[in-house]
Amino acid sequence: MLNDHILTAITFVPTAGALVVAFLPRKGRVIPAFTLLVTLVTFVLSLHLPAHFDYAHHGFQFEENRPWISSPAIRYHLGVDGLSLWLVLLTTFLGPIGVLISWRAIETRTREFYFLFLLQQTAMVGVFVALDLFLYYGFWELSLVPMAILIAMFGPNRGRAAALKFFLYTFLPSGLLLVAILWLYAKTNTFDFVQLQALLGNGTFAPQALWWVSLAFLVAFAVKVPVFPLHGWLADVIQEAPTAMAMVVAGKLGLYSIFRFNLGLFPAQSRAIAPLMIVLAVVGLLYGALVALAQTDMKRLIAFSILGNLSFCTLGIFCFAVAGLNGAVFQTINEGVTGGALLVLVALLYERYGTYDMTLYGGLAAKLPMLATLFVITSLALIGLPLFNGFIGEFLVLSGSFQVHPQWVAAATVGVILSATYMLWMVQRIFYGKESSLVVNRPAFDLNVREQLTLWPMAILMLAMGVASPYWIKAIDGAMSPLAGNATSVPASPPAAIQLSGGAQ
Amino acid sequence: MTDLHLWLIPLVPLAGFLVNGLLGRKFQKRVVTTVALVASLIPLLQVAVIVTKFGSLALPHIENLGPWIQAGSFHADFSFQLDQLTLVMLSVVTGVGFLIHIYSVGYMGEEDGYWRFFAYMNLFLFFMLTLVLAENFLLMFVGWEGVGLASYLLIGFWYTRDAAANAGKKAFIVNRIGDFGVLLAMFLLIEHFGSVSFTEVFSAIAAHPAWQGGFLTAIALFIVLGATGKSAQIPLYVWLPDAMEGPTPVSALIHAATMVTAGVYIVARTHVIFDRSPYALAIVAIIGVATAFFAATIGLVQTDIKRVLAYSTISQLGYMFLGCGVAAYSAGIFHLVTHAFFKALLFLAAGSVIHALSGEQDMRAMGGLRQKIPITFWTMTAAVLAISGFPPLAGFVSKDEILYQTFIAPNGGKLLWAIGLLTAGLTSFYMFRLWYLTFFGESRTQTAAIEEEAAPVHARSDTKLVLEAEPQAHPVHESPWIMLGPLVILAILSVIGGWMGWPEGLGGSNWFSRFLEPAVGVLPAPSSPESHLTELILALVSTFVAASGWLAAHIMYYARPELPARLTAQFPARYALLKNKYWVDEIYAAIVVAPVLFIARWVLAVLIDRGLIDGGSLTAGYSAQGLGALVARIQSGNIRSYAGWLAFFAAALLAASYFGWTTHFFLQ
Repeated sequence: MLNDHILTAITFVPTAGALVVAFLPRKGRVIPAFTLLVTLVTFVLSLHLPAHFDYAHHGFQFEENRPWISSPAIRYHLGVDGLSLWLVLLTTFLGPIGVLISWRAIETRTREFYFLFLLQQTAMVGVFVALDLFLYYGFWELSLVPMAILIAMFGPNRGRAAALKFFLYTFLPSGLLLVAILWLYAKTNTFDFVQLQALLGNGTFAPQALWWVSLAFLVAFAVKVPVFPLHGWLADVIQEAPTAMAMVVAGKLGLYSIFRFNLGLFPAQSRAIAPLMIVLAVVGLLYGALVALAQTDMKRLIAFSILGNLSFCTLGIFCFAVAGLNGAVFQTINEGVTGGALLVLVALLYERYGTYDMTLYGGLAAKLPMLATLFVITSLALIGLPLFNGFIGEFLVLSGSFQVHPQWVAAATVGVILSATYMLWMVQRIFYGKESSLVVNRPAFDLNVREQLTLWPMAILMLAMGVASPYWIKAIDGAMSPLAGNATSVPASPPAAIQLSGGAQ
Repeated sequence: MTDLHLWLIPLVPLAGFLVNGLLGRKFQKRVVTTVALVASLIPLLQVAVIVTKFGSLALPHIENLGPWIQAGSFHADFSFQLDQLTLVMLSVVTGVGFLIHIYSVGYMGEEDGYWRFFAYMNLFLFFMLTLVLAENFLLMFVGWEGVGLASYLLIGFWYTRDAAANAGKKAFIVNRIGDFGVLLAMFLLIEHFGSVSFTEVFSAIAAHPAWQGGFLTAIALFIVLGATGKSAQIPLYVWLPDAMEGPTPVSALIHAATMVTAGVYIVARTHVIFDRSPYALAIVAIIGVATAFFAATIGLVQTDIKRVLAYSTISQLGYMFLGCGVAAYSAGIFHLVTHAFFKALLFLAAGSVIHALSGEQDMRAMGGLRQKIPITFWTMTAAVLAISGFPPLAGFVSKDEILYQTFIAPNGGKLLWAIGLLTAGLTSFYMFRLWYLTFFGESRTQTAAIEEEAAPVHARSDTKLVLEAEPQAHPVHESPWIMLGPLVILAILSVIGGWMGWPEGLGGSNWFSRFLEPAVGVLPAPSSPESHLTELILALVSTFVAASGWLAAHIMYYARPELPARLTAQFPARYALLKNKYWVDEIYAAIVVAPVLFIARWVLAVLIDRGLIDGGSLTAGYSAQGLGALVARIQSGNIRSYAGWLAFFAAALLAASYFGWTTHFFLQ
């Protein structure tokens, strides 16, 4: 019984919560407390998924599949597989953390904030579980709207400019995506992912015919990841967005969609465009790390670090090796946890010292030992120290992809040197050396209980994922093996096809 | 099959780290001490138990705890292995490790971060023991990077000092360059063997006698890159001298006895690969002998006592590389063991000197300490004699083994031997230089004045030790017994430690190398009655060279102390070259660090990111002013209007969808 409706519950409990938030009084901490409750309930509900997931079964599970609108044929079709399972969990896990980190940071317009925050939760989970393309698109768009509004509302300096940038970067390609989805519907009369996959896979369409569709999908997703050089929005958005939003803005949604749709529906096209994507991934990886090295603003540094680390995922995806694909999914989760934790940490510094400029910091380790410890732990996870999650992801991606493109992977591996460099640099600037005047002049408050509750779960998860990775990977592997096989079994179309104009058949 | 619970050996120090790391701040000092010492003693006892059972084990003995990473057909397990090589490494790490833990109780006694120090030390033991126990490359890499982390934390222990923080960061990053090599080696292994397990890889190589060079050379060279990082060899040695910013027990344990030998260990461990690549072996030998000589020349003129020892360590590690490079792996490991004894001793004794002088590390401000700190003096003397290669001390036996194996190696062995021999002379010189400057001659200490009126010198365990961090004047005093005890034990080992590998040419049985044979193979040139004469002659030659080094030091720093200044004045350029360490740090800064930073800051961050990527999108943004105004309106108003906007978006979507759909039909 619960199995049949669990996904609906996980998806829409936050929406119900949002509706209640709209009518709650702005008194005291009523709204955040209620939102915390909602996100906790959602998280607990989502724990049902791994507990009852059938690891031997490689298709979709916990499916709900009902007709919704008969013409056009839109179905309410939800389901998770090994790919989306942990992404749903990641989203629900970051829910309460997002509330806790906003607790003090968001003092004005709390109702709007938490209302949109909860909608965002629904949208993100919806993206991961929707198996009807129309439904999926609805969630996808919904995931962009609260984000843009919140950036505009809460951006401390150039919030509106950043929101506009985000809007232009993400909405416009999404329009392209919509057209592509509708084209597919016109050709196949279905929005259903499973049916589409079967139809596209049985050779009804010549590979050339699907070229522009697959490109439309890819561009929309690559912007959202972001893939170099489409990352123009990232640093500004991370700088301006409230922490709870910055934590979820990059990575998982775009990468998941590439896995699900580009690899799932267009394996041959994805294969053909892979060389380009691999180059972009490797360039982005080194570029992100190097530009991070040049930053003095902590949030911008993290933004470019995220760009670099997400490029590992892109690399893993487009090398089509099982280990690399597994690593790419794993790394997607890592980035959510580790990048999120890092953003939380610098937000806590900001709450204490009022700046993200790390040149103003210095010598904090003695004053804030707990924060320093967690900062170092998170940094180690991010630079991929073994026994932390980052290492598993990076190693699987690199070792898997190495079998396919050794030279490019060798270049990418230089990234592990650079990431250590910029992270240790940041740690040193903030925590070591003599206390700076900024630090000396303010009283020190090490982490309070709420802040510890925000960070320790993430730190523990980083270690748990680094030590007991098979627990996560056994589900991922089931979903990735067919994708790797899929791509190899379908002959790749000639690269010249990239130049074909849309819809030519 | 006997279960030795090998996993407990690293796990116990990890538990010590967790207890002290999480709770140590609140503990009383003696609780911290107890936890740390117990956590380092238990592994030692376990190793002792293993030694008693060792004869009855089927080797290699493997204990597999299950998968750590599993993806597709690839897996890497939490799998531990015990063989002769592991046992030797375990004994060194736990034995020397425990002694240094004890010493640290005295040395670090008054530090504010006492608990933190011991937590890190236990963490180091965890990673180091994992490194030597691992049965596969990936688990070994856990230890490999982990010891780098512990090293980073301990070098930067006094993190408020910029020099310490910089040194820690430098050590980590330079080691990461080496780790890049190890990673690529593992990728190649996975590509060719589908496995990272030692057993599987080595048996696959054994099954294919035709494999020579080729990808095996590539793997070997990438491993060498990693090894040069960890073991501070050319070109990646630059981090080790700076690492002396850490507390002295750290220098003894991590930067002399254990971690820095990991590069030698990995070459010996993977000797099956190196044996198939004469090219890679030659590279190892050349790197080794070049580093040995190069570092020794820098050591000649350093004035900081710990820096001398740091360059000496780099130089001695070069000998170990040389031994491995001529395929005499057991000789390299033998020198690793004896070096662990006498170099740990040298550092600890230097720490005792520094302690006696309340933090002074400059040898120009020492002198005449022989009678004031007699136990430190005598133990240090044993170590100096050992490292300089005087028979029958430990350093003589192991270094001579390497030199002999080099001498009879084909293809340029004689040349390598000659450089090695010359380096031995330099070693003897700079070690006795240190010995004379520290213990003989007039006292040049700042505290000499205080002392004349102060109470008699005595060992005080309660002395406020703000060593190295903030020099503070105290009368010169011998260290407490908790520090001297480890010195005495290590001194005994430095004297007698060589006996276990006493060469056959000098009437021994070379038990050590025979013991290691199953793990690292036989010596390339086993001793035979015909070779005994050569061995004897070479031993005499190297003893003579060591004595010459001593004599030179005696003349320059004892008999005619005005000589060094005159020499310096006579050869200013050469002196400056050595004094400035060949300007290697400066060269690296100019050709690597500065260009990378320039490209990152100006080309990528400003020109490309701000200019092209950001600028381009901004232009696009301003051209869409209308849209901007639209979005701006969204900000005003209350929930109802947000809901309205959402509804509007939904409607727009729906409209767009029908529009898009019909367009499509028009297009058809």
